[in-house]
Amino acid sequence: MRRLAPNAIIGGLLIGILLLVALIQQFWTPHDPMKLNFMARLVAPSADFLLGTDEFGRDVLSRLMMGASASVSIALMTVALAVFLGTTIGLLSGYSRGLVDRVIMMFNDALLAFPGMLLALGLLSVFGANKYGIIVALGVAYTPSVARVVRGAVLSLREREFVRASRTMGFSEGYTMLRHVLPNSLAPLIVLATSMFGWTLLSESALSFLGLGVPPPAPTWGNMLAAGRPYIEQAPWLAIFPGLCISLTLLGINLLGDALRDRLDPQMRGTA
Amino acid sequence: MNAASKLLEVQDLTLEVARTGLVIVNKASLSVAPGEIVAIVGESGSGKTQLARAVMALTHKAIRRRDGACRFRGRDIYSLSERERRRLRGSEIGMVFQEPMTSLNPSLTIGQQLEEGLKLHRTFSPEERRHRIERMLKRVGIDDVGHAMRSYPHEFSGGMRQRIMLASVMLLEPALLIADEPTTALDAVVQRDVMELMVELTSSFGTAVLLISHDLPMVARYADQIVVMRSGEVVERGRTEEVLARPEHEYTKKLLLALPSRGPVRPVDRTAPPVISVEGLVVDYGGQQRLFRRSVAKRALKGIDIAVQPNEVVAVVGGSGSGKTTLGNVLAGLVPATDGIVRYENRPIARSQDRDWRLNCQMVFQDPYSSLNPRMRVGDLVGEPLRLERGLTSHERRSRVRKILEEVGLGEAFLERFPHELSGGQRQRVAIARAIIRNPRFLIADEPVSALDVTVRAQVLELFAELQRRHVFSSLFISHDLGVVEQVADCAIVMRHGEIVEQGSRDDIFDRPQHEYTRKLLSAIPALVPTASGGIEMHWRDASDLVDEPAT
Repeated sequence: MRRLAPNAIIGGLLIGILLLVALIQQFWTPHDPMKLNFMARLVAPSADFLLGTDEFGRDVLSRLMMGASASVSIALMTVALAVFLGTTIGLLSGYSRGLVDRVIMMFNDALLAFPGMLLALGLLSVFGANKYGIIVALGVAYTPSVARVVRGAVLSLREREFVRASRTMGFSEGYTMLRHVLPNSLAPLIVLATSMFGWTLLSESALSFLGLGVPPPAPTWGNMLAAGRPYIEQAPWLAIFPGLCISLTLLGINLLGDALRDRLDPQMRGTA
Repeated sequence: MNAASKLLEVQDLTLEVARTGLVIVNKASLSVAPGEIVAIVGESGSGKTQLARAVMALTHKAIRRRDGACRFRGRDIYSLSERERRRLRGSEIGMVFQEPMTSLNPSLTIGQQLEEGLKLHRTFSPEERRHRIERMLKRVGIDDVGHAMRSYPHEFSGGMRQRIMLASVMLLEPALLIADEPTTALDAVVQRDVMELMVELTSSFGTAVLLISHDLPMVARYADQIVVMRSGEVVERGRTEEVLARPEHEYTKKLLLALPSRGPVRPVDRTAPPVISVEGLVVDYGGQQRLFRRSVAKRALKGIDIAVQPNEVVAVVGGSGSGKTTLGNVLAGLVPATDGIVRYENRPIARSQDRDWRLNCQMVFQDPYSSLNPRMRVGDLVGEPLRLERGLTSHERRSRVRKILEEVGLGEAFLERFPHELSGGQRQRVAIARAIIRNPRFLIADEPVSALDVTVRAQVLELFAELQRRHVFSSLFISHDLGVVEQVADCAIVMRHGEIVEQGSRDDIFDRPQHEYTRKLLSAIPALVPTASGGIEMHWRDASDLVDEPAT
């Protein structure tokens, strides 16, 4: 086995811890994340409450742990949905070209012209404000940009000689698309998917801020960040710790994405 | 000759990669006298470009001079300050690059670009500058000078851009011109025109030329001195005729031997039904119905008739835009015919997915760097066509892959490699192996050796001929290089502007060309006559001489 790249190690470590926390909180948290305690409102980080408490006296650490599983599962499923839909549309559109491509891209660009947030808001009003509503709304909202990126990659790849070579050998269009075009368009897709993971975490917080996110009292990092905003001067830990969690998660995902991209590209692998 | 009379004197110059100490040019020496043309010849990786850049102290940051001197008019370039060097560049030493598409700034007009150098290095009035630019543009063969000066680079063809590039460099009348593969990116015919212009222009200004090229015959025609380089070392240098006629170093001999020479005449059965033939083939590009308008079609082929006999290699020759590649693409089923009939084994092909034709008609592409999927291993790449064959066990498949790899001169060790781990020649071998693994009846080779170095090209051509003999396939060999065609083809077709201007047996085309365009093409390549001492003499076919030769 080749030695792992440092970005894979750091990224893997960060994401590993995150998954571990998401698992642990199912069974144990330092305090009950939902329990109100008006005796201990806005307590600064201390031995009792490691990361302090919020305006209702709930333990921030416990809520962050619980939020980890909600936020990350929303982000993961959103990205997966957007990548799946976008890749399918992008491949279809880039590979067929002609009228099909034009029609698909017209719709796509129309969607792209809406701010993603606005689109998600519209969709949420259809699907309802709950976890799955958010996933579908954000997933659909991000699909157009994935479709654009994949289509671009496909358009440049389909004129490459190895794709034409596959056709002269007598392979079908479907085989050529899956075997030769898709694997070679992965690199920009992975970069996009990792940054989309970040957008999703933030958008979810924005939606929560507008009251359309995961409904309180259930914690997500996004709605914790939003809820901490009014108290930023009295109790900065309310905004700092969820923000830190989001940042570290993004860092981990990005590092892991880079490592994955290099790993999948034979030209980046050291020659044996 | 003493050192002072030399314009440029490079002495034991050693360049290394700064970080690793890897030597890329090793104790290279050469000298250029005023007004002389000196050519550095070598294959890729020989260090010729780095050497030329070192002359202007313009090597990449990562490369540093370890040792040696580089004197221009007796002063060592490396002892000058950066300011003094800048004064030399452009003004005293001009440079022309290989790629005319990128060496001009696309967002400035030709006039602005030509003026830049004059403004920087000379103190002429604006009128004088304009006057000089106009005169120079006329000299390089641009008719409407006023219009050209207001135009942008993209409005000119590659050949024209290289002329403009030459004009911009020669405006300053430098004492030395460094030309790095100045014509490599151009068509054979245009190549020759640009070279002639360069030689004419530099000799009239008394400018010496340091010409860098991989193209030995082209260089030999114009250069006074030849410097042969291999892996960073100068292996031989001397007067051109002497180096050619009496090469001393093994490598020089090998280079000369690698030049294409005419292959034997082979019998071709003309009575047999052709493997593939086309009649009245017309192809239009870009004519499809758009959503709101119909775009104007460009006719790439204007009624082509050809027939390829079993076991025959038919070469298609022509410049860019001649339609030769389009013809290959139609026969490979990559481009639909707008009009005309394509027949495979005397049977008209109705649709592009005709199975029998598709599987029996394979293609080798020009660029081995892009014709292989970078994410697949050699074994998978070569074995991929076998997926289309039913009832093969994986064992049988593997043994066929091994066998064909063996045949193209790559051993089992290559099975697990990725394309980027192979050299250009090895990749093209993989591409050929993949094309013939299922024993097709017809092989389209689109410039299969154009991207390869001279000695590698010779090996791949030899391999091609050997495989053709063994597997007995017919071939359409598309090339702009007449030398290569002379070596492999039984029959040649000369194309221009989507039409066939001449076709016939190879010997007829090369010895008794009828059409003026064929003659012009032929005048760009030499006929080689071996000498007793292991060298060659080059005889240039003069276009006007050929006119007088009686057609038999």
